[in-house]
Amino acid sequence: MQEVDEATVRRIARLARLEITDADAGSLKSELNAILKWVEQLSAVDTKGVEAMTRVVSMRMKQRDDVVTDGEMAADIVKNAPMAEDNFFVVPKVVE
Amino acid sequence: MTDLTSLTLAEARDGLAGKQFTALELTDAFLAAIEQANPSLNAYVAVTADQARAMARISGNTLAKGKGRALEGIPLGIKDLFATKGVHTQACSQVLDGFKPTYESTVTQNLWDAGAVMLGKLNMDEFAMGSSNETSYYGPVVNPWRASGKNADLVPGGSSGGSATAVAASLCLGATATDTGGSIRQPAALTGTVGIKPTYGRCSRWGVVAFASSLDQAGPIAKTVRDAAILLKAMASHDPKDTTSADLPVPDYEAALGKGIKGLKVGVPKEYRIDGMPAEIEKLWQQGIDWLKAAGATIHEVSLPHTKLALPAYYIVAPAEASSNLARYDGMRYGLRVPGKDLIETYEKSRAQGFGKEVKRRIIIGTYVLSAGYYDAYYLQAQKVRTLIKRDFDEAYQKVDVLLTPATPNAAFPLRSMSNDPIQMYLNDIFTVTVNMAGLPGIAVPAGLAPDGLPLGLQLIGKAFDEETLFRAAEVIEQAAGRFPVSNRWWTGAAPGKSRKTS
Repeated sequence: MQEVDEATVRRIARLARLEITDADAGSLKSELNAILKWVEQLSAVDTKGVEAMTRVVSMRMKQRDDVVTDGEMAADIVKNAPMAEDNFFVVPKVVE
Repeated sequence: MTDLTSLTLAEARDGLAGKQFTALELTDAFLAAIEQANPSLNAYVAVTADQARAMARISGNTLAKGKGRALEGIPLGIKDLFATKGVHTQACSQVLDGFKPTYESTVTQNLWDAGAVMLGKLNMDEFAMGSSNETSYYGPVVNPWRASGKNADLVPGGSSGGSATAVAASLCLGATATDTGGSIRQPAALTGTVGIKPTYGRCSRWGVVAFASSLDQAGPIAKTVRDAAILLKAMASHDPKDTTSADLPVPDYEAALGKGIKGLKVGVPKEYRIDGMPAEIEKLWQQGIDWLKAAGATIHEVSLPHTKLALPAYYIVAPAEASSNLARYDGMRYGLRVPGKDLIETYEKSRAQGFGKEVKRRIIIGTYVLSAGYYDAYYLQAQKVRTLIKRDFDEAYQKVDVLLTPATPNAAFPLRSMSNDPIQMYLNDIFTVTVNMAGLPGIAVPAGLAPDGLPLGLQLIGKAFDEETLFRAAEVIEQAAGRFPVSNRWWTGAAPGKSRKTS
């Protein structure tokens, strides 16, 4: 498997919305490569015809009636917001 | 009066019912013990003394009327991963700075409905990512155990290190914990306590901060097998708010105790005999086999050929799910916000400051393995390997009822001795992680001491939703091995020749 370079680490960090320093990029690169090398043994396993595991025991996904079961709690929802006004979240400007 | 904190949960329950002491006296004894121990052990990140006393008073009245519920007046510690209404809930992360939920997790609600008293929130590895409780934003938890003749601080294991330490040091009668790759069983083993990870779906995940949703499961850490059985019964339920919670009746686990294991078929998986396994672990395992045999079980060697793939597969699946679950922490709706020049920079700065090193490492791994072009090679392949791991267990359970393995590859290790080598740290979960990958129940029960006097545990792995057999077999080991209370309570300053830690 191809080694991950620092540019890839920066791209991944950008995708994950994590600001990283140059020092972080260097250490993350070596850690990521070490871990990817370690998990590489999985690629040697023959999984032809094997289904991916999605459930521990076969169980039918439940569906409930499509009805409103709660609501009217705007104040609760914004209670932990770093910034809120009149039950709205206050966020940095998104549209120019 | 005897020290109330030294009672087991079952003994305290009987003492309350027999009016030997009141619920308030019991809670006050624990609050005093926490105040004395926490500067040294750092098990609690928040103590809810007023709330605890208020709950204890209500329990006192209920008990006085002879109407005590299953856990009436029993003081418990709650891992910081469980949402508790109006109380500190941060998964021990700075990214959830100041977060106090306006709702209660199903598991903790079940406990309060059974009459339990909340002492406070327990320390843990940040977002349950760690095996030593060193990644917490609130600093490491210290294991109440010390190697004989030494006074170096040891880790309690993780991620439920605060839960394990609080139980081992008698700072609560039992604690909630969670287990994604071994986070209940490994710290239980390292502190001489009992910890059970039930079958995936047994306890509701609603209101439990998500790490890896297909693996996360709540369970108790307790002083004895009986206490663990009592707690799991109260915690477990079918919950319409968690679609993965199992719609099955919850058995009375305590009633399963005392029935013995005559005729039980116990499997010993040969793949767990790993290279370089310390002699004391090997010996402990053989001792466990002998105990079960002496109690009337039959022992059978079984093979779980995909065992060695479980840990690498886990380090794909868990970070992948974590990177997705942790995307919600963006500084907009709750938690830490670090302003940047625009929205994106605000996200990036908030997350960079809010998450610790190990969490960031796993987000990066997870984002990488899920990124375009890699999904099939990594995540999908790992999920297929899970199916193979599960099939190994299914085949073994054609022949046996339960499996016996070591719980950990080693005893508690010194603080900071492994934190710079992620893979070495991950290997601590080598015996526990297979169980999460297959979704099965597993219990860690203390079984002996290493030559340096530190506790070691054995693990029993059961069939899906057969926790009763685990409790029955674990009780046999507990009776044969005896219990392992911490002998040197150094943090109380009472032990002769031991000085109290000042740092």
